[in-house]
Amino acid sequence: MAMKYNWDWSILLCRSPEADPIGAVEPTTPGSGSTEFGGGAGQTFDTGAECAQPYFEWIVSGLSWTVIVASAAWVITFSLGSVIGVSRTVENRTVRAIATAYVEIFRNVPLLLQMFIWFFVVPELLPEDAGRWIKRELPLPEYWTAIVCLGMYHASRTAEQVRAGIESIPRGQTHAGLAMGLTRTQVYRYVLLPVSYRIIIPPLTSDFMGIFKNSSVALTIGVMELTAQSRQIAEYTFNIFEVFTAATLCYMTVTLIVVTIMRFVEARVRIPGTIALGGD
Amino acid sequence: MIEIENVSKWYGDFQVLNHCSTAVDKGEVVVVCGPSGSGKSTLIKCVNGLEPFQEGKITVDGVSVGDKSTNLPRLRSQIGMLFQNFELFPHMTALENICLAQTKVLGREDDEAEERGMKLLERVDLVEHAAKHPAQLSGGQQQRVAIARALAMDPIAMLFDEPTSALDPEMINEVLDVMVELANEGMTMIVVTHEMGFARKVADRVVFMDEGRIEEDATKDDFFGTPRGDRAQLFLSKILEH
Repeated sequence: MAMKYNWDWSILLCRSPEADPIGAVEPTTPGSGSTEFGGGAGQTFDTGAECAQPYFEWIVSGLSWTVIVASAAWVITFSLGSVIGVSRTVENRTVRAIATAYVEIFRNVPLLLQMFIWFFVVPELLPEDAGRWIKRELPLPEYWTAIVCLGMYHASRTAEQVRAGIESIPRGQTHAGLAMGLTRTQVYRYVLLPVSYRIIIPPLTSDFMGIFKNSSVALTIGVMELTAQSRQIAEYTFNIFEVFTAATLCYMTVTLIVVTIMRFVEARVRIPGTIALGGD
Repeated sequence: MIEIENVSKWYGDFQVLNHCSTAVDKGEVVVVCGPSGSGKSTLIKCVNGLEPFQEGKITVDGVSVGDKSTNLPRLRSQIGMLFQNFELFPHMTALENICLAQTKVLGREDDEAEERGMKLLERVDLVEHAAKHPAQLSGGQQQRVAIARALAMDPIAMLFDEPTSALDPEMINEVLDVMVELANEGMTMIVVTHEMGFARKVADRVVFMDEGRIEEDATKDDFFGTPRGDRAQLFLSKILEH
């Protein structure tokens, strides 16, 4: 292949300033202080590393934000998704209808559009004071917005999994719980949910990974996560192959860690004597 | 103790129960039989309110089941129920299954519940299986744990919904034996079953249902001696042939 390309994997390394004969990039580069790209000083983590070039730090910072945004979003996803999922199985029609509407709205609108709506539209719809507070006073508004948006988008998917898990449990289990005097709430708490969470660990795992991957969409509203930082490095160095390879490996590492943790959880809560429940 | 008066129930247009009336006295054992789809299971599920019914009245120990003001969980906690598929909770050990409602419904302390649970496991001859999960037990063992779980609530009456239908033949007797013992101790029981041997041995009365109607409601001797209706005769001849 006749491609002219200057491979330089070393841009991804942290070379100490003294050892680096080039020392070319000034410490005032964007991302580590200025506001030329992205939103400013608050956006890049101070990793404490003393490097000749900022790129290593940018990758680490981006990865950190990816993990933080995705993890926080997952907390929303898991709790809200559980509530909505349970609501879709209760007897009360109104509750069921609200939960169904939630799922259909959040599942059927593209994530990118939702990101824009949360960031640009919602603050305008809120009462003036609240809107101004979000835009002016809330530190790092794009990060909070991304967390809420991702969390609520994925909650609709988790809700469907929780619902499917509950509905896969034979009706007799509910009957047995009720027949011994448990209230419906207790039946959910002690019987239906513990069993259905075990059943849905595999789809929950892929959804958790999905949050990590989808967090890259947040770059569109200015969140300096891994993909955004990679793009920034690519723009500065033109070493696109190296930097996006690094980003790819970072995402894969994170999702592999998620898979490993979930496998551990799955094995841990597996019901003795079963293959179908909890997996093997 | 249990009065069922003129109970009718519909699923949409389909009538599953058609003016059913019968009564069960304290200490009485009533066997309910009939072809599948005749409404037997539905009827006993109405007794503890698991299935709602549109017409008629059911009272248990003077409490009306269909009444909106009735505290159903409280009423149900006094009526033990056994199911065709045992319905043990798969994520709990045998002992935990027996303790759950004791602690959450009756408010017993953990050690008190466990002590009671172990006693009942001893009674159904499963002490060494206390720490096993349902999937590690045979069907017969699971149903005996389920019986222990029901007994732990000190029920005033027990409902059995085809308790041996899902069991392999060699396991049926270990469950029936426990049920016979209960009957002999004076437990009030309504038993939906095809086990006519059990009915002959311990039933006081036999109720025969067909198409949502109670066709026969007779003492055991009358029922097996001279069933009045053709349908009951046909049914009996079919299941007694073997």
